[in-house]
Amino acid sequence: MIENDIAVQVRDLRRTFGSFVAVDNISLRVEKGEIFGFLGPNGAGKSTTIRMLCGLLKPTSGGGSVAGFDILSESESIKQSIGYMSQRFSLYDDLTIEENINFFSGIYNVPRQKRAERKDFILSISGLHERKEELTKNLPTGFKQRLALGCAVLHDPSILFLDEPTSGVDPMSRRNFWKLIYDMAGRGTTVFVTTHYMDEADYCGRLALIYRGKIVAEGTPADLRLRFMKQDVLEIPVDRPVEALESLEKEGLESAIFGSALHVVVDDAATEIPRIERILSAANIRAGKIEKILPSLEDVFVALIESS
Amino acid sequence: MSILRVKAITKKEFIQVGRDTFSLLMAFLMPVMLLVIFGYAITLDVNKIRTVVYDQDKSSESRELISRFRDCGYFTVEAYLDNHLDIDSNLDSGNAFAAIWIPRDFSKKLQARIDSPIQIILDGSDSNTATIAQGYILAITEEYNAKFRGVRAVPLVDARIRVWYNTELKSRNFIVPGLIAVIMSVIVALLTSLTIAREWERGTMEQLISTPVKTSELILGKLIPYFVIGLIDTLVAIGMSVFLFDVALRGSIVLLIALSSIFLFGSLSFGIFISIISKSQVLAAQMAMIGTFLPAFLLSGFMFAISNMPKPLQVLTYAVPARYFVSIVKSIFLKGSTLTMIGVEALLLVIYAVAVFMIANRKLAKRIM
Ligand SMILES: Nc1ncnc2c1ncn2[C@@H]1O[C@H](COP(=O)(O)OP(=O)(O)O)[C@@H](O)[C@H]1O
Ligand SMILES: [Mg+2]
Repeated sequence: MIENDIAVQVRDLRRTFGSFVAVDNISLRVEKGEIFGFLGPNGAGKSTTIRMLCGLLKPTSGGGSVAGFDILSESESIKQSIGYMSQRFSLYDDLTIEENINFFSGIYNVPRQKRAERKDFILSISGLHERKEELTKNLPTGFKQRLALGCAVLHDPSILFLDEPTSGVDPMSRRNFWKLIYDMAGRGTTVFVTTHYMDEADYCGRLALIYRGKIVAEGTPADLRLRFMKQDVLEIPVDRPVEALESLEKEGLESAIFGSALHVVVDDAATEIPRIERILSAANIRAGKIEKILPSLEDVFVALIESS
Repeated sequence: MSILRVKAITKKEFIQVGRDTFSLLMAFLMPVMLLVIFGYAITLDVNKIRTVVYDQDKSSESRELISRFRDCGYFTVEAYLDNHLDIDSNLDSGNAFAAIWIPRDFSKKLQARIDSPIQIILDGSDSNTATIAQGYILAITEEYNAKFRGVRAVPLVDARIRVWYNTELKSRNFIVPGLIAVIMSVIVALLTSLTIAREWERGTMEQLISTPVKTSELILGKLIPYFVIGLIDTLVAIGMSVFLFDVALRGSIVLLIALSSIFLFGSLSFGIFISIISKSQVLAAQMAMIGTFLPAFLLSGFMFAISNMPKPLQVLTYAVPARYFVSIVKSIFLKGSTLTMIGVEALLLVIYAVAVFMIANRKLAKRIM
């Protein structure tokens, strides 16, 4: 019944906590070998979904399969074939790097003759060969995350679930981490990764945007740009972004703050630019040159969230 | 069940305990300290029990009884009274801890070979000393009875207690074996109660339950290190009892260790069970204290004779595994009991250990909620 090239397939998955609906009837399909991004702001329901997929949390209703096993009745079989890296750093702080690797080798029953090779592999992807005897708690976050990824793939799982692996990590380490994800995918591993950094969306082969427990968009990055962004995006450098945002939204203009600039979504740039200039000068806000820019996925998502 | 996984968990747990100063102190210093403190403290204050005597009979028989009290070394006669009202005032003021009241017809009844009660009044506010004093009194009157037959001591508190087998009349002899049992149940349950709660608190549990590890492997892997620690503690405690406190071990040390292992297994499983249901270290520690320390201290018969307790509490003691273990350790130490003599207690400990392990295993769901 389950097709061979499907890694994850769920239908109408729902999870409530009391009367609060954390995940609201979502359906997903991830193909083997894909890097599937699961994007959404904090509290959207990403972790809850990923936990249900990994068999850590029982869905309130709905169901599906992961790696060909039923998420309701075969969660222990799922655990044999997946790697999971939880949102919170979850290696043992009071063990050394090597002891952590040894521990998870044992837990995953990595065959004895393969252990040395796997350990070597993990130490090299995390760049920790020289530091393997140090206590894990002394590592910088970027290293910790790569080590955690290494420990989650010790048993060479076919699907890898990563819950916000790059949160709290500096941009340089984030790029390095994504390189690792690409390496894993290159070896044929399916990667299901969540993030609340919208700028990471472009790294994913396909993605779904979850907002308040519901999936509001799904597709490839290019797809999403085309489908959801028929309007123009204007970038306006301003001196007081918060007030500028307020005065524009009061006039019904859909805007968002990006650093010291605003992005405003308009139907037609030519007619709207003079109007925006008028609104801002009336509010005594100094604005730089208003330019039409290529919409980023972040713009797409802001637009989607505002309209939902 | 995968031996490799159990081994990985055991090894990890050993490393973690070895690096955690608190656990190490709890595991190795605490039992020794408790044994020294209780072993000495409890022994010291029962040596010279201040006693007043109200001898209405003033016969040679009554004088002999009094001299037996005086000469055994545990009682000092502070005063001879000639009014029973003075007994109250002496006890109330703390001037005396015990009073011996020999009635007028004491020697007459003795010679007539009929029951000749004397009255012993003890200050019950220090019930521990009182219990021990009762033991002494009984032993002394028994010896005296051997000569006269028919004397019966009637202390205000019932005195039929364990001193029967403590023929050297040393309180240590029954305090120290009981203490071993108490320490075993408290220390190991407290140590293990933290292990799974700690994993929930630090977030490492979420990672663990995402792996194929089985709950029984997880529990067993975590039990083994603490079992080893508990066994070392037991040996140290037995050694201290014999060599430091001079309590003779009459029974078989192999039997003692075997039964201690069974008790340890039960206590450890109970600690794990607490750890599983509490999910936080503070709560787990509190539950372990309430769940093991209090019953082991108060209801096991170690501190307070079970026969002295109010009926409902006596019934409750049957549910306290430490009760059976205290009685096992005391029997093996003092009576030299063999397995057939303490078979029922041993069997109850086995049932308890297996039941708690199975409950813990069921309770540990590999789910977040
Ligand atoms: N165990 C829980 N009990 C109650 N509420 C929860 C629980 N787990 C998550 N939630 C709530 O569900 C919502 C979604 O949480 P989560 O899936 O962690 O979001 P995300 O990972 O996208 O930030 C949040 O509002 C969170 O407070
Ligand atoms: Mg999350």
